[in-house]
Amino acid sequence: MHDEAVVNMADVTVADYAANIRAYLRENMTAFKDVELDDEDNIFERGFFTSLFAMQLLHYVESTFDVEVPDDYIMLRNFSSVRRLADMVADLKRTSGE
Amino acid sequence: MKMVKCVVWDLDDTLWHGTLSAGDDLVLREGVVDLVKTLDARGILQSVASKNNHDDAMRKLDELGLAEYFLYPQINWNSKSSSVAAIRQKLNIGIDTIMFVDDQPFERDEVAFAHPEVETVDSAELATLLTMPRLSPKVVTEDASRRRLMYLEDQARSEAELDYQGAADEFLGSLGMIFHISRAKGDDLRRLEELTERTNQLNSTGIQYSYEQLDELMHSPDHDLWVCELTDRYGSYGKIGMALVEKQDDRWTINLLLMSCRTVSKGVGTVLLSFLLKQAAENGKRLFARFRRTDRNRQMLVTYQLANFRVVSHEGSDYLYENDLAVRQEYPEYIKVEIDA
Repeated sequence: MHDEAVVNMADVTVADYAANIRAYLRENMTAFKDVELDDEDNIFERGFFTSLFAMQLLHYVESTFDVEVPDDYIMLRNFSSVRRLADMVADLKRTSGE
Repeated sequence: MKMVKCVVWDLDDTLWHGTLSAGDDLVLREGVVDLVKTLDARGILQSVASKNNHDDAMRKLDELGLAEYFLYPQINWNSKSSSVAAIRQKLNIGIDTIMFVDDQPFERDEVAFAHPEVETVDSAELATLLTMPRLSPKVVTEDASRRRLMYLEDQARSEAELDYQGAADEFLGSLGMIFHISRAKGDDLRRLEELTERTNQLNSTGIQYSYEQLDELMHSPDHDLWVCELTDRYGSYGKIGMALVEKQDDRWTINLLLMSCRTVSKGVGTVLLSFLLKQAAENGKRLFARFRRTDRNRQMLVTYQLANFRVVSHEGSDYLYENDLAVRQEYPEYIKVEIDA
């Protein structure tokens, strides 16, 4: 019973991260402005992703969620969708002991 | 020894004798106009950190015909260390490439305390400035002699960007950027040498190459040496990037990839890499890249790793990446890419 409640709480948190990230992408990338953006959509295929935007996204993630993204987390897989970004944040939060 | 990229001037009793706000009769320090113009011609940027009324001081600089030589002048009543920090940020250069000139020991100490990497110079020593090694580049390239003008064009772009209502990538689309990639020629080599010395953020290894080394690599059949130039409706950014590819049988290795820090905000960092990916795929080669992590090149790491380069081996801070060429990134729509292979 207790375990299940914890898992649900974690899901809620990840969903919060995802909503926050989705809003950020919509606001900052024209390609996502007036279209559906599902959490599983590959954002690299949907809009052109420059290293400049990647840096901005990285700063946004680090400052908004108060995490530090280590070098080996910076890979296409972790940045390819809203869902994966949110999962990465959750993972970093967990390993930093929160 | 790190070359100085920007000299920051005090005004009262440094650039001129007398105090503007006290209503003194101001007389330019002897030889100072020549000094300013010579530094400018050497490709060294200049700015001002002065405690004065902004409009009065700018009017005076204008009268003296010197206003245009100073980028982002900081004339206010804040500490000089904060003015130096503001200039560093606007120019997007390393704090250790700034030199600060002031007649007052207090101001020099205040700047040095906040920014120990900034070299401070007493105005009494101005006569020695032009012989300082950090202010004496071996060669002045065409890009260097136009450097201030290119920063002024940047200033115009930033102002236009502030006025622009819309997403950042829409603004980039309005610039009409053309990115030109070609094989390096003899007259590019001085500039490439300079790029390896001056570029820190978007630099894959930080290894410097001399003119002679670059000349050898340019002629080597086992290497491709690429250079790129960026222009937009405000003018040319000059030669702003390079790539050195070592070709060994079926393996191509990008030994160096770099982009000038002036282009960081233009979203062009990935274009040259996309070009190399296409080239390798078309020629049926495996593509590797060398990367040396420094405390300043995180953006280059991001550029490589999000372009799907994966670490295959590493020793200390030296990494070898490989890209399996499965994911190919198209050029951004807002840039026209011209290739002269």
